[in-house]
Amino acid sequence: MTAKKITGSQALILSLMEEGVDTIFGYPGGAIMPIYDALYDFDKEVKHILTRHEQGAIHGAQGYARVSGKPGIVFATSGPGATNLMTGIADAMIDSTPLVCITGQVASPLLGTDAFQESDIVGMSIPVTKWNYQITTPEEIPEVMAQAFYIATTGRPGPVLIDVTKDAQFGELEYKYEKCKKIRSYVPETSIDPHQIKAAADLINEAKKPLLFVGQGIIISHAEEEVRTFIEKTGIPAAWTLLGLSALPTDHRLNVGMLGMHGNYGPNKLTNEADLIIAVGMRFDDRVTGKVSEYAKKAKIIHIEIDPAEIDKIVKTDVSVLADAKKALKMLIDNVNPNNHENWHNEFKKCDAIENEKVIQKDLYPTKPGLTMGEAVRIASEKTNHDAVLVTDVGQHQMVAQRYFHFKNSRSNVTSGGLGTMGFCLPASMGAQLGAPNRTVIAAVGDGGFQMTIQELGTIAQNKLPVKIMLLNNNFLGMVRQWQQLFFDKRYSFTELHNPDFITIGKGFGIEGHTVDKREDLDASIQKMIDHDGPYLLEIKIEKEDNVFPMVPTGASVSDIILEP
Amino acid sequence: MKEEYILTVYSENHIGLLTRITNVFTRRKTNIDSLTVSESALQGVFKFTIVVHCTDAMAKKLVSQIEKQIDVLKAFYHTNDEMIFQEIALYKVPIEPIYESDKIEQIVRRAGARILEITKDYVVIEKTGHKEDTQALFEELNEFKVMQFIRSGRVALMRDPIERLSEFLKERDAFLTSLD
Ligand SMILES: Cc1ncc(C[n+]2csc(CCOP(=O)(O)OP(=O)(O)O)c2C)c(N)n1
Repeated sequence: MTAKKITGSQALILSLMEEGVDTIFGYPGGAIMPIYDALYDFDKEVKHILTRHEQGAIHGAQGYARVSGKPGIVFATSGPGATNLMTGIADAMIDSTPLVCITGQVASPLLGTDAFQESDIVGMSIPVTKWNYQITTPEEIPEVMAQAFYIATTGRPGPVLIDVTKDAQFGELEYKYEKCKKIRSYVPETSIDPHQIKAAADLINEAKKPLLFVGQGIIISHAEEEVRTFIEKTGIPAAWTLLGLSALPTDHRLNVGMLGMHGNYGPNKLTNEADLIIAVGMRFDDRVTGKVSEYAKKAKIIHIEIDPAEIDKIVKTDVSVLADAKKALKMLIDNVNPNNHENWHNEFKKCDAIENEKVIQKDLYPTKPGLTMGEAVRIASEKTNHDAVLVTDVGQHQMVAQRYFHFKNSRSNVTSGGLGTMGFCLPASMGAQLGAPNRTVIAAVGDGGFQMTIQELGTIAQNKLPVKIMLLNNNFLGMVRQWQQLFFDKRYSFTELHNPDFITIGKGFGIEGHTVDKREDLDASIQKMIDHDGPYLLEIKIEKEDNVFPMVPTGASVSDIILEP
Repeated sequence: MKEEYILTVYSENHIGLLTRITNVFTRRKTNIDSLTVSESALQGVFKFTIVVHCTDAMAKKLVSQIEKQIDVLKAFYHTNDEMIFQEIALYKVPIEPIYESDKIEQIVRRAGARILEITKDYVVIEKTGHKEDTQALFEELNEFKVMQFIRSGRVALMRDPIERLSEFLKERDAFLTSLD
């Protein structure tokens, strides 16, 4: 490409074009106006979504990234605009979501002077970004942008923040763009040690009770096929983490359910019976392990992981494979023996039968009067032919939805797993819809979290995004209330919500909707929501004091998972 | 068991990296006993020498979390006996006692310290050594009421004859070229 002189702002937008960006989420302001001005000429190439709050923009970008596999792009102005991104940046960091956030900054001579709308966003975001950088001269823009994309999307993906001073946006440069292919101090590629693969395969071939853990790493590295082939060859049962959900079809015969605090009975209980655990692309979050000192004591541990800092961080491994999940699984498949582990499977089936009788049937096909979250989720899953993208907020409904939604396709589950950010769902659902325009997107949200970013109904309406919002209203901060009931002697300290008329609010934003509170109307109501042409808000009035079970109480061992209070 | 460890971090010279690195310690609630930063023998490569008191497992985790920072090339951790290390201390002592006896002079001589500057009010003494040595000299001089005292962060070199970073950089460059 030949060099030509353009402004820093134009260079920034052209850099985005070079990286194939088609969607940007953002909110303008003084310090980023030159960039917005440069964007004005690209309305055919790129869609900009003006949210109602910067938190909405970044969660939107996260939803987009998680379903599309492409990095999410966010624009925000300096000061309050930038600080409003912080929750989403932290969320993306812990959930390994690739983001490139561009923030405007005051002109470089003003840096550090407490200028109007100056905040040290680079300093503030250090602990929650994979990388960040402040651009103060226009010449830096192409190279830094290229690095930003490279860092955000390779290895263990994550959020990158680029802060651009106003004078760098206005200044001129000779523009030339080259995609970044390497950085001396950052090498995301690993060369797999064949000895480790051999050692892992030996353990797998010897194991009598092996269990595979499927984490989000499978989705990130596109290893869905390899996981399937691996378990089908070896007969090893597979359990998933919250973020690993949808990597393996829900009804696959070797899929034994969810790990962790509100996971399934079998995989939790039997983690402590297993003689081998093969963890792929997951990081032994404390919500998964429960009490670590009592965790998987009979098992040898194989950890396949791209991020070296995760290996031996929580659980000591016997064999660790520092690698991309897809490449490692491919090599493993060639080295393992066919098997079926039938007796071991029967142990899971026994657990399933117990959980089914004590919990699942009551949740999915309740007979008591109040509506349950479980039946709503089941019907929504059935009505979308198990083919929808599910976006959830944080709380009881999140756990119920994750437990009972069925999946056929990967990248169908968007939730805030590591940070547990209330307010995530509504904006993430619009991002998911933009990232997968031809799919049905269901946003399952609680009445608490809905009100944290409810203003994004405006963005959904303005952009005519056909998101199906399923508001599971129990008039409580349900998950906290559950803990108060179980562990604080039913002292419901500040968890009851007096809610507004949500449907009227939705209509005020131009979004159709209705409320359902009777079982006989539930099926038709969900059908109506799905069939509606455009966004729809369905408020489902749920039993007020329902609880999510099974549960591994905090501090307890996973084998002490309880099925009822 | 907690022990003293020396962490050596090699990095690119980027603004903000010091915060990124120290933040790893903050998050792990580990105190930094001393920290020295300078350019290394390799042009453009900066070297952090960080002394911490922690368990072996923690030292390992700190290193892997530091290495995770994008602009860090490589980090190592060592026990004291794997390193040759020194700190420098400066002492400002009132001049009067020197006039009255030759005791200070004797102390300085015995400690292998040296006098940097003498004015009509005070004398500045310099000593290089391990913390115990510079501390011992402080105790001795303090008999004459040390007016000011400062000790630097530690500087350290590996005893190992192989320059591990050069080896590492050679391998890395070869790997990066193989990607082209
Ligand atoms: C931003 C934020 N604040 C507080 C919490 C703590 N928290 C976790 S779940 C929960 C209750 C959620 O209530 P609601 O949105 O109504 O969903 P429900 O549990 O009733 O399904 C709260 C307050 C959180 N996760 N995020």
